[in-house]
Amino acid sequence: MNYLALIYTTPEDSPAIGSPEWETLIGEYQAMEERFRADGITFSGNELQPASTATTITVRDGKVSTMDGPFAVTKEELGGYYLFDVPDLDTALRYAAMIPSAATGRVEVRPVVEFED
Amino acid sequence: MLAALIRQLDDFALAEDALQDAVESALVHWGRNGLPEAPAGWLLRTAQRKAIDRLRRNRRFADRAQDLTLILAAEETPMEDAVDALELPDDRLRLIFTCCHPALAPKTRIALTLRTLGGLSTAEIARAFLDEDAAMAQRLVRARQKISAARIPYEVPGPADWPARLQSVLDVVYLIFNEGYAASSGATALRQGLCDEALQLATLLRDLQPAEPEIEGLLALLTLTRARMPARDPARFVPLSEQDRTHWDRAQIDDGSALVETALRRGRPGPYQLQAAISALHCAGNSHDDTDWTQIALLYDALVAFDANPVIALNRAVALSYAKGAEVGLQALLPLAGVLGNYRGYHAAEADLRRRLEQTAAARDAYERAINAPGNDVDTRFLRQRLAALPGARP
Repeated sequence: MNYLALIYTTPEDSPAIGSPEWETLIGEYQAMEERFRADGITFSGNELQPASTATTITVRDGKVSTMDGPFAVTKEELGGYYLFDVPDLDTALRYAAMIPSAATGRVEVRPVVEFED
Repeated sequence: MLAALIRQLDDFALAEDALQDAVESALVHWGRNGLPEAPAGWLLRTAQRKAIDRLRRNRRFADRAQDLTLILAAEETPMEDAVDALELPDDRLRLIFTCCHPALAPKTRIALTLRTLGGLSTAEIARAFLDEDAAMAQRLVRARQKISAARIPYEVPGPADWPARLQSVLDVVYLIFNEGYAASSGATALRQGLCDEALQLATLLRDLQPAEPEIEGLLALLTLTRARMPARDPARFVPLSEQDRTHWDRAQIDDGSALVETALRRGRPGPYQLQAAISALHCAGNSHDDTDWTQIALLYDALVAFDANPVIALNRAVALSYAKGAEVGLQALLPLAGVLGNYRGYHAAEADLRRRLEQTAAARDAYERAINAPGNDVDTRFLRQRLAALPGARP
């Protein structure tokens, strides 16, 4: 079963790229991924560019309209994600809790709809 | 039976629907042909077939229907034995942990536990919460959908998750009891029912998971609190100091006190054990004055260290006022004004302490704040009486 862990953080509270705090955070993410690999779980994940780089589009009556910015402007923004393939919600929550940003921001865990063919 | 079905089918919502289908067809068949030899076995077998029918109708799960047919055929046993063999104690324990999973909202956990394990109807639960039936039904439907869709496991948690998950289960049972006991609103008969449901659930937990001190602590706490209920009057609030202690249930008090001692001797104290120990001391006193308030205040110190809940700090302040005087109690109480400003109990406690300190004007002010805070009518009447009894009060 696939679960998407959506990482929400407040950019103004996040360490500046290249700062010692940032180095520490990167180290923590690397250690976490090591642990995921050691446990043998299937996962993938990425960090996203800030929400200021987002573009939101809507298509109505075949007409595309493009808007600068994220779908919703909030203090906490989507900063990255992990996709886990694990047996159940408890396992997903256990790994999501290892995401370093969960200690400062929030991580929303959503089950992915599965279609059997 | 539901617990056994959930384990077999590995799907909470499907098991509930299938059992419902089976009950419906029982009404038809049994009405026509009379009761079968083993009604429980008949129901279970029928529910299994209904589950397979439901899966077949849903093409996405056609493969699972195939699997289940094979599994159930392999498990073919005489009907009389089917239920006993399937109803393992572990099934009900799993069910409690699933219903009280922290991924569900606290109110949903309570409702789902009452519906699934307590056997209350959706309408009864809605009444207990003063919700519309439809809103409560909707809440339960969403919960079942989430359990299935997010695959909340139907399992007793392992050692790593055990303490937090057990806490969630104990809190649900405690809240069910408290909803009945504190009677924030609603009819009395139903509230009494909630207390008894909670006691049964705590007893079930203790039987399923013996030698777990916090479970014993919770069961002891509920037993001791229940023992003192006959001295209460549904129509008016009777403070502990004025209760007729001959109305307390001595047998229950002995049971509860023995249980909390057993729990504490295991050397793993926790908040429910401490609250039960406090309750046991209240029950041991022959009168309000005769109560060991010093020991109670010490237990509250320990409890505050476990749980920073300001209501516990409030109770600690009241205990201190009897152990060391009203002034000491008031000094411990006043810092809580900020966090408990909307809580009636805070203003009532402040009013009582100021009354005892003969600060009449300040007491009157606090009683008025307490009366204006949200709460039930019985308590409002009690507070008005206290206010009227202050020296120099207007009639």
